[in-house]
Amino acid sequence: MSLLALLGVLSSTIFSGTSLLYATLGEVVTERSGTVNLGLEGVLLISAATGYGVTVSTGNPFLGVLAAMLAGGLSNLVFGYLVITRKANQLASGLAVLFFGYGLSALIGKPFVGKLINSLPRYMIPGPGELPLRYTSLFKFDFLIYLVIPMTFFIWWLLYRTRWGLGLRAVGENAETAYASGRNPGMIKFQALFVGGLLAGLGAAHLSIAFTMNWAEYMTGGRGFIAIALVIFSKWHPIRAIAGVLVFSGAVAFQLLLQVSGVNVSPFLLDMIPFILTLTVLLIWGGTRKHSAPATLGRVYQGTE
Amino acid sequence: MEQSSQQPLVSLRGIMKAFPGVLANNNIDLDIFPGEIHALLGENGAGKSTLMKILYGFYRADDGRIWVDGKETRIKSPADARQLNIGMVFQVLNLIPAMSVLENIALFLKDLPGLYNPAQIRKRIFEQSRLYGLEVNPDDMVAHLSIGVQQKVEILKLLLSDAKILILDEPTRVLAPHEVESLFEVLRKLRQNGYAIILITHKLKEVMECTDRITVLRAGRVAGTILCSEANHEKLVQLMFDKQLTAQIEREDLPRALDPVLELVSFSTHGEGTEVSLKNIALKIFPGEIVGVAGVSGNGQKELCDAILGIEKVAGGRKLLKAQDFTHSTTRKMRDFGLGFVPENPLTMATVPFMSVLENMAVTRTADYSRHGGLTMDWKLVQEDARQSLEKFGFTFSYYLPAKSLSGGNLQRLIIAREMMKDSQLIVASYLTRGLDVQSTLVARQELMRARNEGAGVLLISEDLEELFSLCDRLIVLYEGRIAGEFKPSETDYYQIGYLMTGSQGNHVTTH
Amino acid sequence: MSQRIESLPVKSILHHKFFQHAVRYGLTILLALLLFAGILLITGNKPIPSYRDLFSATFGSAYGFSEVIVAMIPILLTALAVALPSRIGMINVGGEGQLYLGAIFATFAALAFKDLPGWLVLPIMGLLGILGGALWAFLPAFFRSIGLVNETITTLLMNMIAPKIAGLLVFGYWHSPRETNMTPNFVDAARLPTFFGTRIHLGIVFGLVLLVLFWFVMKKTRWGLEMRSIGGNVQAARRNGIPIAPYMIIVFCISGGIAGLAGMAQVSGFYGLLIPNFSPGYGYMGFLISWLAGGDPLGILLMAFVVSIILTGGNMLQITIGLPYAVINLLLAFTLFVVLAKPVLPKLLKRKTA
Repeated sequence: MSLLALLGVLSSTIFSGTSLLYATLGEVVTERSGTVNLGLEGVLLISAATGYGVTVSTGNPFLGVLAAMLAGGLSNLVFGYLVITRKANQLASGLAVLFFGYGLSALIGKPFVGKLINSLPRYMIPGPGELPLRYTSLFKFDFLIYLVIPMTFFIWWLLYRTRWGLGLRAVGENAETAYASGRNPGMIKFQALFVGGLLAGLGAAHLSIAFTMNWAEYMTGGRGFIAIALVIFSKWHPIRAIAGVLVFSGAVAFQLLLQVSGVNVSPFLLDMIPFILTLTVLLIWGGTRKHSAPATLGRVYQGTE
Repeated sequence: MEQSSQQPLVSLRGIMKAFPGVLANNNIDLDIFPGEIHALLGENGAGKSTLMKILYGFYRADDGRIWVDGKETRIKSPADARQLNIGMVFQVLNLIPAMSVLENIALFLKDLPGLYNPAQIRKRIFEQSRLYGLEVNPDDMVAHLSIGVQQKVEILKLLLSDAKILILDEPTRVLAPHEVESLFEVLRKLRQNGYAIILITHKLKEVMECTDRITVLRAGRVAGTILCSEANHEKLVQLMFDKQLTAQIEREDLPRALDPVLELVSFSTHGEGTEVSLKNIALKIFPGEIVGVAGVSGNGQKELCDAILGIEKVAGGRKLLKAQDFTHSTTRKMRDFGLGFVPENPLTMATVPFMSVLENMAVTRTADYSRHGGLTMDWKLVQEDARQSLEKFGFTFSYYLPAKSLSGGNLQRLIIAREMMKDSQLIVASYLTRGLDVQSTLVARQELMRARNEGAGVLLISEDLEELFSLCDRLIVLYEGRIAGEFKPSETDYYQIGYLMTGSQGNHVTTH
Repeated sequence: MSQRIESLPVKSILHHKFFQHAVRYGLTILLALLLFAGILLITGNKPIPSYRDLFSATFGSAYGFSEVIVAMIPILLTALAVALPSRIGMINVGGEGQLYLGAIFATFAALAFKDLPGWLVLPIMGLLGILGGALWAFLPAFFRSIGLVNETITTLLMNMIAPKIAGLLVFGYWHSPRETNMTPNFVDAARLPTFFGTRIHLGIVFGLVLLVLFWFVMKKTRWGLEMRSIGGNVQAARRNGIPIAPYMIIVFCISGGIAGLAGMAQVSGFYGLLIPNFSPGYGYMGFLISWLAGGDPLGILLMAFVVSIILTGGNMLQITIGLPYAVINLLLAFTLFVVLAKPVLPKLLKRKTA
């Protein structure tokens, strides 16, 4: 196996892992406030289609990214209306948003199927500038890739070092206590959903505008569900989400490597590994998990009388 | 004492609060002065917690006025109360286990900046904790702290959010003896610095040990306010437990059976969280006798019931029914043996709210009422049994109403009727007559006595000493998960039982 | 209970359960259609002709109507697989995975026993399908019953794994000589019989029989009573001596088996072969239907029918007005939104029954 192939695998792993990390971060933020959005997949689809459509229409990929973020935030607010304002069941509402996303994204994306776009510009990583061209093309990344790790730390800082984050986590742990401390749990949950939606939008934008550079129905291929699993895997912690995505992308890379090197293992088998891994980890951590999951996760906040 | 010359920090006048079916606070007056520790003493249900929750803005009074610092105020929410520098530590602690001590305290700081500096908050915590001996590590996760330390955090939280009036709701209930001692030490220091402290409790020993004045509540009214220096146990017990008149129950004298129907041999459980652990319980219940369990609720009554039912895991010892081992049997096995159970809260612990009365009647004996191997249910038979047992109570209601539409009293009657429907060998009744009117109370007690006369062994858990004395053949006192004493009703009196219930007698009476 | 209904005065027909249901479902659908009409308008379509097309595509011909019934078969079963455990307070989001496992197990039988007669191979396929789904449901149920992990998360993750098992088997071992992405066609003996020259197959009978059985068990039997008591108040049920953990495991496995049977019916009755990604989310649609119907058997039948009309008519929308097929998901989503947002119903319906 050539070095080129190896680097190629690494590069595509980075590309595929980026959108996943953004989506996972977004779900970490919303789940920290006690809301689980099973419809994340649908939100990602809406954002991906919107971002792609705006990029095609305006010719400006940065506007596309912005539009995708906004679409993600707004989709999550629709979800918030159901589960916070109308106090509907979170699981059922998540599935409703999933279907909503399947449908709306197909509708938004249809006029743009097969259209070409200016993708996000890519910049060479500083350092190995002397490499031959066939190598360097593998190490030109768009700004969303460069941004994703700093963003992870930013989210951590936001959740663990600011008053807003403190209140948000308090709402997820015990909304009554947060209320007693003078906060408005419903409003904070909405804010968390919006921020989570913005992040999901970033991930979706990276997928359609920077990575695959096209739009197709159901193009997220279960990334929303994977992100939800990774949130559990990372024990609701932004920094650990990196590890989660690495495990997942590692499995993807492993699979690509085997393919490149001609080893004949079914890709389906390899695709299962991350899920089986996550399930196993869930079971092993089962006992301790109670302390890491936000205590009110998935529960409807009824308000105080 | 010179307090009377001072202006009170808090004055409550004519506080009224009614809940459906009960007048929790009836025209209560109370003055709290700066620099005093004031005990609110009374049985469970006397109205202590309700009164303090009104002061803290958790409930709103139906009537009455509140002055704080000489100004009349309206307290509509806990936020209002905190604005007036009133803080409360609840029985169930309100800390967030998944957060650190520092974060829990920061959450309630009035002046927390948007980007806060943990080091600064840590410094403030250290300063306050050193001042009052409330040593905690600000970076510990609350989940890893003992209940005693968590309580310190709660108090620190109040102090750092500028509370001047501290309300503590039964703070010693969850503490070990040495922790109680250090808590009192803290309270005394706070008193020196001018804080006003209200201590809700029913333990006489503590009241005598660390308070300045004592207000006793009984059945929603102030039974009296006395200076601690002028109080003694006898006086307080008299104020707490007033004698009430009840109709007499006919009792047959039965020869004691030879073998117990239930025997617990050095029986222990391991309580988690706020649960009480049962420690080394030795108890025999013979057929044809009622054994009363006296005790303030929260001293292991619920755990005792659950352990007998087979819900609570047994940590040690044995449980025998008619000399057969049932230590690790399932609840269904216990039920099949002939165990009837009237829980403390029939709505949440005995009935299925959305099912009909008839279905609720059948649900403990599904095997008896099923036909064709379970394919159908014999509803006629259920109806017949239900009619018979409900008629004894002199009332009928539609069998097809959902249970949730019944009032609390009717629900209680329904459960009593169900659990005594067929000849049970063993009946465990927890707060049998709570929520019943006079008539139904009498019927329920008669039913219990009838079951006893027909040979059932009965365990009756109650806080109502009158009830226990009039019904029981034997009495045990449960205190902190142990049997603190065992008596025949004729050989003891309210005062002795009251002392043991409130833990004011250090040495436990051992029973073997 | 029948006694209760007889004792009601005639005037309360308005408060009769069935009538209430009908009106509730009717209003729900109407609101959803109104919302969707907005989407049609935005995309430059005329709602009324579109709905007329949708209606005539499904009710206008015997064939159209038969296709509605065909579409109804899998989602009726997966809805049951959600409704059953919901009665004891368990949430089965795993219908999708259980469906795949049922299809895989049934396909194994179809491919392995090519020479057996239909009366033998079909029952084997059915039983294996049920077994596959039940096995897939056992793990989440077991871990829930010992209090380790919530069944929602585990079933969801296992949903992601199941289609990959199908892919692994089809691409790796079972594919037909010509195509790598599907198995060879099943022999006729391994196909469920169809009726009236349409594509309606025996699966509809499975669905209807199980639906009646579900109603009967919940309403009439001892087990139904015990299950309802667990779902209604688990604290009380525990103290009343109902064995909770065994019920959790058994009920969840049965529901997995029902979803597995849906998978078997789909590969044997509809496709006649196994494709790795054959389900367009039948499991999730079942969840939606059960939720819309509140777990009520008659409601499940009604809602499965309505959803099938949307699914079948969706094909029409794509052909006649050029909207992507995935847009039908919007109509499903709007229906669910309306139910979840609980808009205030007219007063006459708000009065309680009896």
